[in-house]
Amino acid sequence: MDYFATVATLIVIQAIAACGLNVIVGYAGQISLGHAAFFGIGAYASAMLTTKAGLTFWQALPAALLITMLLGFLLGLPSLRVREDFLAITTIGINFIVEAVFIYTPFFGGALGIGGIPRVVVMGGRLGNNQFLALCLVFLVLSLALCRQFARAWAGLACFAVREDETAASSMGISPVRAKLSAFVLGTGMAGLAGTLYAHYARFISAGDFGFPVSISIMSMVVLGGMGTLFGPLLGAMIIGILPEIFRPLIDYRMFIYSVLLLLMIRFQPGGLLGDSSLVVGLLKSLKKLVKPKNIANPREIGGDGDV
Amino acid sequence: MSRALLEVHGISVVFGGLRAVDDVSFEIHDREILGLLGPNGAGKTTCFNAISGVYPPTLGDILLDGARTNGAPPHGMARLGVGRTFQIVRPFSGLSVRENVIVALGGPRYRGNLLRSLTSWRKKGIADEAGAILDRVGLLDVADRTSGQLPIGSLRRVEIARALALSPRLLLLDESFSGLRSTEIAQIEELIRSIREDGVSVLLIEHNMKVAMGLSDRVVVLDHGRKLAEGKPSEVASNQAVIEAYLGRGERGNVA
Ligand SMILES: Nc1ncnc2c1ncn2[C@@H]1O[C@H](COP(=O)(O)OP(=O)(O)OP(=O)(O)O)[C@@H](O)[C@H]1O
Ligand SMILES: [Mg+2]
Repeated sequence: MDYFATVATLIVIQAIAACGLNVIVGYAGQISLGHAAFFGIGAYASAMLTTKAGLTFWQALPAALLITMLLGFLLGLPSLRVREDFLAITTIGINFIVEAVFIYTPFFGGALGIGGIPRVVVMGGRLGNNQFLALCLVFLVLSLALCRQFARAWAGLACFAVREDETAASSMGISPVRAKLSAFVLGTGMAGLAGTLYAHYARFISAGDFGFPVSISIMSMVVLGGMGTLFGPLLGAMIIGILPEIFRPLIDYRMFIYSVLLLLMIRFQPGGLLGDSSLVVGLLKSLKKLVKPKNIANPREIGGDGDV
Repeated sequence: MSRALLEVHGISVVFGGLRAVDDVSFEIHDREILGLLGPNGAGKTTCFNAISGVYPPTLGDILLDGARTNGAPPHGMARLGVGRTFQIVRPFSGLSVRENVIVALGGPRYRGNLLRSLTSWRKKGIADEAGAILDRVGLLDVADRTSGQLPIGSLRRVEIARALALSPRLLLLDESFSGLRSTEIAQIEELIRSIREDGVSVLLIEHNMKVAMGLSDRVVVLDHGRKLAEGKPSEVASNQAVIEAYLGRGERGNVA
């Protein structure tokens, strides 16, 4: 049972981070390849605050979120001003720099990382593995609700417009930098939340947990599940989280497998498993039609769902 | 004629070594329809881009209501009441036609206030307002279709609807008739006249001379980035330099 909780918790945490990346990539159309940096900033912030400053998880959480979002804002502002194709490179750079800061600064524990991160305490009791999983699930539901609200709000519509055509959006009165930044800060905030949960899950963290390969694996989850869909990142996190458990011998090749998966998806299913023109959604739709031939509502979560 | 709404003072736009627009000046008055004509590559679209803030002019000044605006970004110009369409249509393809309009319509209501910008716009009021604009351009029946699936004629109307949603004082229309059937052309002509009746000034680029001369109160003709002629359509049509600019190089057959 503990094995299940351990694997499931990690998947839920990564799903939260993937939801955040989806806001940036799927909603605002900005390719960020440094998401793990913000995942790491959240984790380190919470780890430092709880081990060095003696805060509880609940006190450290809002502070860690604020720190991550502030850094997301400060690093996002110049990055989002550059031309779109540079953003991918800039964010890779951010990832390597943040990782290097963690490794080479003694203040952050250096190469040894930070250990002794306390368990989460709720109402005087330390959470066991299953209870912590439940807590992570609560945060996942909150994150999904936030994504859904963002997608239905004006800020989300502005992001979609910028994603579809930045010049046209700008000519319609939308400030592209502002729209992209709102998505970036929200997305990094969710990475910070995931990072905080991760620190208290692993209870020992080091810079390697937040390297560039982690960014790629989070990106793979989003692309696989479906960029811009609500549940795609969750599905992607589940698939990419479960696969290595089933195919243990392949674990050394996982970066290679992710890369091939990414390329195949982009080539043959750019919308992802839950996106438009997806084989899976198409299959489900025709199955539904077989079962009850009435008109079925469009399963797509954002854009054009007619409930205006 | 009343005071000038837009004054363009000797603007040049330089791309590398190319002077796409070279020392061009003109003004548009309130409720005026001004045609901006010229052969392919004359610099008409570049003028639009300078006025709407896409490329700031390399030289010269642009004044809206007497205030200098060059240097303002496109979203700044949109907020000042300059609405535009694109020659190569740029719909928000993944969004519905109505959402395309709401992008332009919602700005004044939702932006600049974090709390408001995070509340849903899916309320009756704004959707109905978008519906009214779509009805005006004749797109109400496809309001909830994904805009990327529409034919060019409809996309030209989406472009106009979005620009109208900004409640513009000045509307820039870049070849809004191209690719349209003749029945559609008549409808859009009617629409542009009614927009002017509402007190909006219109600057339009059009290659179809019959349409351009019929709609415009005055026209400005560009060639190789320079202003070649300006005046009433009838005067300009008989201008020798203008005739040569069009016929001399024979770019398009639809002169006269
Ligand atoms: N972004 C740009 N970079 C470089 N050159 C450009 C750019 N935009 C336009 N040009 C050049 O500037 C000149 C004027 O182009 P413009 O699009 O303004 O012409 P136009 O009058 O709108 O022509 P058309 O009738 O074909 O639309 C052309 O030679 C064009 O190639
Ligand atoms: Mg042009």
